[in-house]
Amino acid sequence: MTVFIIRRLMQAVFVVFLMSVIVFFGVNVIGNPIDMLVSPDADQQDIAEAIARLGLDRPIHEQYWRFLMGALEGDLGRSFIFGEPALKLILAHMPATLELAFASLVMALVIGIPLGLYAGLYPDGIASRTIMAGSILGFSLPTFWVGLMFIMVFAVMLGWLPSTGRGDTAVILGIETSLATRDGWSHILMPALNLALTNIALAIRLTRAGVREAMGQDYVKFARAKGLSTRRIVFVHVLKNIMIPIVTVIGLEFGALIAFSVITETIFAWPGMGKLLIDSIIQLDRPVVVAYLMVVVLLFVLINLIVDIVYSILDPRVRLQDQRS
Amino acid sequence: MSDLSSEGQPEEARAAVETPFRRFASEFFESKVATAALVLLSLIIALSLLAPWITPQNPYDLAQVDVLDGRLPPGSQAFAGYTMWLGSDGAGRDLFSAILYGLRISLAVGVTSGFIALLIGMGVGLIAAYAGGRVETVIMRVVDLQLSFPATLVALMLVAILGKGIDKIILALVVAQWAYYARTVRASALVERRKEYVEAAACLGLSHGRIVFRHILPNCLAPLIVVGTVQVASAIALEATLSFLGVGLPQTEPSLGVLIANGFEYMMSGRYWISVFPGLALLLTVVTINLVGDHLRDVLNPRLKR
Repeated sequence: MTVFIIRRLMQAVFVVFLMSVIVFFGVNVIGNPIDMLVSPDADQQDIAEAIARLGLDRPIHEQYWRFLMGALEGDLGRSFIFGEPALKLILAHMPATLELAFASLVMALVIGIPLGLYAGLYPDGIASRTIMAGSILGFSLPTFWVGLMFIMVFAVMLGWLPSTGRGDTAVILGIETSLATRDGWSHILMPALNLALTNIALAIRLTRAGVREAMGQDYVKFARAKGLSTRRIVFVHVLKNIMIPIVTVIGLEFGALIAFSVITETIFAWPGMGKLLIDSIIQLDRPVVVAYLMVVVLLFVLINLIVDIVYSILDPRVRLQDQRS
Repeated sequence: MSDLSSEGQPEEARAAVETPFRRFASEFFESKVATAALVLLSLIIALSLLAPWITPQNPYDLAQVDVLDGRLPPGSQAFAGYTMWLGSDGAGRDLFSAILYGLRISLAVGVTSGFIALLIGMGVGLIAAYAGGRVETVIMRVVDLQLSFPATLVALMLVAILGKGIDKIILALVVAQWAYYARTVRASALVERRKEYVEAAACLGLSHGRIVFRHILPNCLAPLIVVGTVQVASAIALEATLSFLGVGLPQTEPSLGVLIANGFEYMMSGRYWISVFPGLALLLTVVTINLVGDHLRDVLNPRLKR
């Protein structure tokens, strides 16, 4: 077990290192940083000064070394637009993104599991067929298009919900969150639902498959023979058995939610990391882009590492196979 | 499509001329949904290819566009006399024309990147399956690593690094998608490699290249075609997403995503059509490709054969 974790840990460190090389060389070699850094009307002397100040006249491997050392100390450069450290900027925008991702994760479970349960218990009903057809749409419709439709219907035509921003925030348990105020709830509802759509579809399919499988098993037959009510069988016995894998799988989607929040945040002008990334790409704020990419890579590698370890605990075959190869 | 005509023939006559393609076609057209999707998709492709001849105006020829026609609702009369059935956008372009021209760009980007990704993924997957050993381990580690990141995130990272432009978007889409093809090809090539005909070919002294490309590859094509159709749909959706976010194609290459993004600012003032109609065109394209691909999977899957 320890060997397995150490091997996975070394792989994770290697991936982060590899990505730092790709990101750094990509941004610095493919793009010309000077075009982005100096205003177009600067004269030759300004450009030369800027190059010297930023160390761009050094060999590329030396520049990378400086970047790497800085990164290890948590210094990923300063934003050109805000004049603040890029990493600080990213971290300042992170809570809004995490809040959105968390809200949509909860939404996926709260909406997806009951619908999937219904579709699994009455697989031939019209309502179940509608639910399953809807879940196909949840997978295949582009997120940004659904977000647009939400805004059109609920914000512009009906005027029920606000379409931009995060609304009022308040502090609960030491965290500043939109979930603490009524206004905040009305703001988070649409973006969270938009982000949750794929996972709602996923939860429906997993729950339906789980219920259909469980209903035919011996313990359910036994419970029926014992004379338990259907309600008790479904909600106590079946649900308890199928919940764990569903919650695990949906929980593992958390990383993907953070990635996809880039789209949702831009549509709903949600002030998170994703919107910051898009704004920074458009304004050519290079250090913020690099910092975002590094933070997200780190986050993903961490999540994947946790997933691997969890799987190896749940299923020893994974671990043994890895040791043999 | 031409095989539809054979439906009317007596059973014996049909059986006599049954070729693999005919059998495949008749199985495919058994599904009404898939047939409808294929017809609709063919119509979309035909409309986009014929755009210069059937649209009332070339939306990117400044001489034909009148700014006074800007933001007209669907069904309005344009200054030049024709009816704008889908309305016009902020610059006075007829939306129907703009959508057909946009479809051309969206389809071209999706198909080009899908095809390049298919070639790369196919090559890499075949090498992994045929070579085995260390080569396979290294290749599949890279594939697994990449598949642990969502394709959207990979594409976003690449455009963040590369910047805007049609060539860069295609590159980003190729990098984001090649791994799906590689995994598919490797899985089916591994199965084929163990079969006797490959052993027989090796006994005949055929070269590795000939065995891989003339014998193994043709037998791996079915799953590749299925993955290919689905991946082209997701490439089109991904390009539209990136363009909508403002980090995809530039305004000079107005794909459907760019059109939707342009219309977004007018949506708040109730001028829904500028965004909604390009969006519907995108939706129809992606959903029909997916439906056709889904049914192809059922038809081409030997395990589901009756």
